[in-house]
Amino acid sequence: MKLYYKYFLIHLKSIFQHKASFLLTTIGQFLVSFNVFLGVYFMFLRFNKVNNFTYSEVLLCFSIVLIQFSLAECFARGFDTFSSTISNGEFDRIMVRPRNEMLQVLGSKIEFTRIGRILQALIMFIYGIMKSNVTWSYGRIFTVVFMIIGGTVVFTGIFIIYAALCFFTIEGLEFMNIFTDGAREYGKYPVSIYGKIVLQICTFIIPFALVQYYPLLYVLGKSHNEGYIFFPILGCGFIIPCYLFWKFGIRHYKSTGS
Amino acid sequence: MIRVEHINKTFQVARRNSGISEAFKALFHKEYECVKALDDISFTIDEGEMVGYIGPNGAGKSSTIKILSGILTPDSGSCQINGRTPWKERIAHVRDIGVVFGQRSQLWWDVPVIDSFELLRDIYSIPMKKFKENLDELVTLLNLEEIIKTPARQLSLGQRMRCEIGASLIHSPKILFLDEPTIGLDAVSKIAVRNFILDMNKRHKTTVILTTHDMQDIEALTRRIILIGKGKILMDGDLESMKKGSSVDEVVVELYKKYEI
Repeated sequence: MKLYYKYFLIHLKSIFQHKASFLLTTIGQFLVSFNVFLGVYFMFLRFNKVNNFTYSEVLLCFSIVLIQFSLAECFARGFDTFSSTISNGEFDRIMVRPRNEMLQVLGSKIEFTRIGRILQALIMFIYGIMKSNVTWSYGRIFTVVFMIIGGTVVFTGIFIIYAALCFFTIEGLEFMNIFTDGAREYGKYPVSIYGKIVLQICTFIIPFALVQYYPLLYVLGKSHNEGYIFFPILGCGFIIPCYLFWKFGIRHYKSTGS
Repeated sequence: MIRVEHINKTFQVARRNSGISEAFKALFHKEYECVKALDDISFTIDEGEMVGYIGPNGAGKSSTIKILSGILTPDSGSCQINGRTPWKERIAHVRDIGVVFGQRSQLWWDVPVIDSFELLRDIYSIPMKKFKENLDELVTLLNLEEIIKTPARQLSLGQRMRCEIGASLIHSPKILFLDEPTIGLDAVSKIAVRNFILDMNKRHKTTVILTTHDMQDIEALTRRIILIGKGKILMDGDLESMKKGSSVDEVVVELYKKYEI
């Protein structure tokens, strides 16, 4: 943990070296997700409800997913860009250092520019809260906090799987974007609107619904099942198979010629 | 003390002929060819020894270094370094070694070199006092005083290589692997690097294993050379006894010819 903090500091120092670039990228991130927000807005000018979810409810859902994804991308970016870490030989360097490989990959990249997107998501979140008539209780506040933690963990898990696949092949992994960027895009709306099958996949295979759909129902008062509060915590368990897969992959590491 | 016995390593390499139709075919059916990168490699190296590990490109030099430093797992064979098997006890093993890859940097690109050194202190958990001592020694010997506060990306290649070598030695490793440390350096930097390596070997009895294509490096640093070609060890012996008056370059060309590599 202390070492991670040191990695954190060195990335912060790097940012100070390139202030302009940092600012521009952050603003860019902000604008890109603002665009998506506009998309949702214009759609709701035409339709009042999507599958029983109102505009402000969808906004709440979308903003929480966006926060989850941006946090995961900010801290687990090292796994997201892992194919380049392997192809440029950086991973050899990680292997000759006496620390856990995962910690080092985590520390190899921290993407502070995602703050732009988190900021945008926060604004949307606050707007959503004001518009929707959620009566806040401790249970609901905790649920939202759990959702953010759980979602960050689930997205990180997906990034780890993606990275572990790089041990076997570096090419043709673009399809994994379905699960990362795709999940973010589709995560705008509660998973249930995509039908039963998708909901089941997102419950039992990639536990995306555990950090989005079910707890959201509780927060919005559409369900009174208090078990849903803890579903995001259950979703965190997803990280375990991801970790095992990574361990399995690392034994297949072949390095590149130099 | 390094003992390597009967190490084998094969890689699968995808092959196809040129042309779009061949590329299309490869989509469905890839042909793989097994390349023996290392074929029954054995040698021992004593503590404090400096060994030149030479051979043409693709002979298996880097693969050997990667196995010795715990990056790769061989298909078969055993390797003991200070009583440990590198790929089984990676973390304990790499505490004792330093590795310089001449073509790759280990410094953090955007921050002053000293920040990289300090992060390395945390990675290797070096006690503060020891770190100060080592840093002072390295700064003096490698003449880093001026450049240590500059970001790595603004250093010249020679300056950067001096910092790289310093970074590899900051945790006082017992064994140092140098993979082409003088590649692309000018004469002054080359000599500075060589003198420094000699010095470290004398002061701390650091074992040095050096791969290079620069025969002057070999001549200046090592007495023993191991020649590898097509994955096999072809020769292991004393440099002086082979020279007999001719230059090292000539000796090596002679050897390459003799073993047809």
